[in-house]
Amino acid sequence: MKILVCISHVPDTTSKINFTEDDTKFDTNGVQFVINPNDEFGLTRAMWFKEKQGASVDVVTVGGKDTEPTIRKALAIGADTAIRVDTEALEGFQVAKELAKVAKDGGYDLIIAGRESIDYNGGMVPGMLAKLIDANFINTCVSLEVDGDKATAVREIDGGKETLTSSLPLVIGGQKGLVEESDLKIPNMRGIMMARKKPLNVVEPVGANSQASTKKFEKPAPKGDIKMVDADNIDELIDLLHNEAKAI
Amino acid sequence: MSILVYTETENGQLKKSAFEVASYAKAVADQLGEKAVAVTINAESTNELANYGIDKVLEVKNDKLAKFSADAYAETLKNAAKQEGSKVVVLSQSANAKYLAPLLAVDLEAGYASNVTELPQTDGGFTVKRTAFTNKAFNQTSIDTDVKIIGLSNNAFGLKENKSELEKIEFEAQVSDENFGINVESIDKNTDKVSIADAEIVVSGGRGLKGPENWGMIEELAEVLGAATACSKPVSDMGWRPHAEHVGQTGKPVASNLYIAIGISGAIQHLAGVSASKTKVVINNDDEAPFFKAADYGIVGDAFEVVPKLIEKLKEFKANNA
Repeated sequence: MKILVCISHVPDTTSKINFTEDDTKFDTNGVQFVINPNDEFGLTRAMWFKEKQGASVDVVTVGGKDTEPTIRKALAIGADTAIRVDTEALEGFQVAKELAKVAKDGGYDLIIAGRESIDYNGGMVPGMLAKLIDANFINTCVSLEVDGDKATAVREIDGGKETLTSSLPLVIGGQKGLVEESDLKIPNMRGIMMARKKPLNVVEPVGANSQASTKKFEKPAPKGDIKMVDADNIDELIDLLHNEAKAI
Repeated sequence: MSILVYTETENGQLKKSAFEVASYAKAVADQLGEKAVAVTINAESTNELANYGIDKVLEVKNDKLAKFSADAYAETLKNAAKQEGSKVVVLSQSANAKYLAPLLAVDLEAGYASNVTELPQTDGGFTVKRTAFTNKAFNQTSIDTDVKIIGLSNNAFGLKENKSELEKIEFEAQVSDENFGINVESIDKNTDKVSIADAEIVVSGGRGLKGPENWGMIEELAEVLGAATACSKPVSDMGWRPHAEHVGQTGKPVASNLYIAIGISGAIQHLAGVSASKTKVVINNDDEAPFFKAADYGIVGDAFEVVPKLIEKLKEFKANNA
């Protein structure tokens, strides 16, 4: 089985979010970048397939040279080959089109992407990619098994779960549940050394156009002061929730 | 030309979020001087859409669409948008809508903006405000294509009553076997509990509750309030509660009217994930817990004493306000 894992290079979840250039660009100053958590669950599941069922695992990202440490980390975790499409990731559709070229050229059976990146939260790349390459697509995937050319997946729905089957090739939008948090691997020294020798192929972009563009970022308005209620005065809380917040 | 809106159903009944996206579509339609056209799939009755300003509804009745299929539903909406010459398509941010939106975007060659929180600015362009960085920021996004898809954040716009003359039209989905490449084998849905996505109120528990055996009072509080139950990341990682209840940056986002956090200290990732909720209450015995800086109302106290009292008082309140 040939697996491609799409990786987004995102600020760590603890990052302070600030903007520069008149609030039009994300301020990367002092920000630690990581593999998008939703993608990392997928990568770890891909490693499981590699170990238990035999599979090759390529990872791909769309981005400049600054994203290379992030995909090197994926190699250190155990991916075989990394591909970097050498262009700035501007928006979901453009990224999906760039990935579609890599996906088609590689002839993958299974393509795993995170259900959304934790920076722009667009939630569109996996579905668009699937549609562009005419593959089946399962979103918010929390469990995935592959037997021959048939995949069985569990998808999270509002208020429950749905079990689905699909032929390959298949694209999934993955998240926690594909593997557990405790299954995530921290690269060991051997992995890091080996990753240096693994291929990281830089490919030219197809030059996909964007369909949307960020005009400006804004920070949320500062939060008003909290009202404290005495633990012995629950009636006051109920009164506030009913009459002031109109929440109950 | 028209504004097309997909109004979702659950067991044949229009969902509350359907009325919210309908309200929003009507406002966009008014702004652009267009009609608001809804699409329903296997809805038992569409009459209520006339309360939210919808001018026309395309009613799809098709047994093949009895179970949700992202591809087939996207195909149906594409056909509807083409027939109606729609330049704007409005969707909710339910799990199903988020699943089909990117497929529809490719089909319609449309730019898609998800997590939109306000009406678009349409003077000399088309710009929407959406949340980014898990609610830590907003992003003014210009959609530059002819056809535009908007995914409206849950609870961001609210319901706007608006009486209209509703024209009902039968609409053929025009789906084929090719749209059913994925088989639904089984659906496991908790029908007697409200889901986090659809909930007006969410009651959430953290590590401060000390163990899964203490969740009885959380569930009871949720039951009294008609709320969904949720939990923090450590609680889900330790297996005290199912992953589906984990809310926060890597879990589910919450945009409820009321969010009650019990024994949750308020890690930055958790606060980001729940910050779209309108009113936040924190109950924690540590008055230094970061959640107190992000909440509207707070009680410093032992959850094991405060929560049972809160349940009692709420029962009295409900009885008096029924």
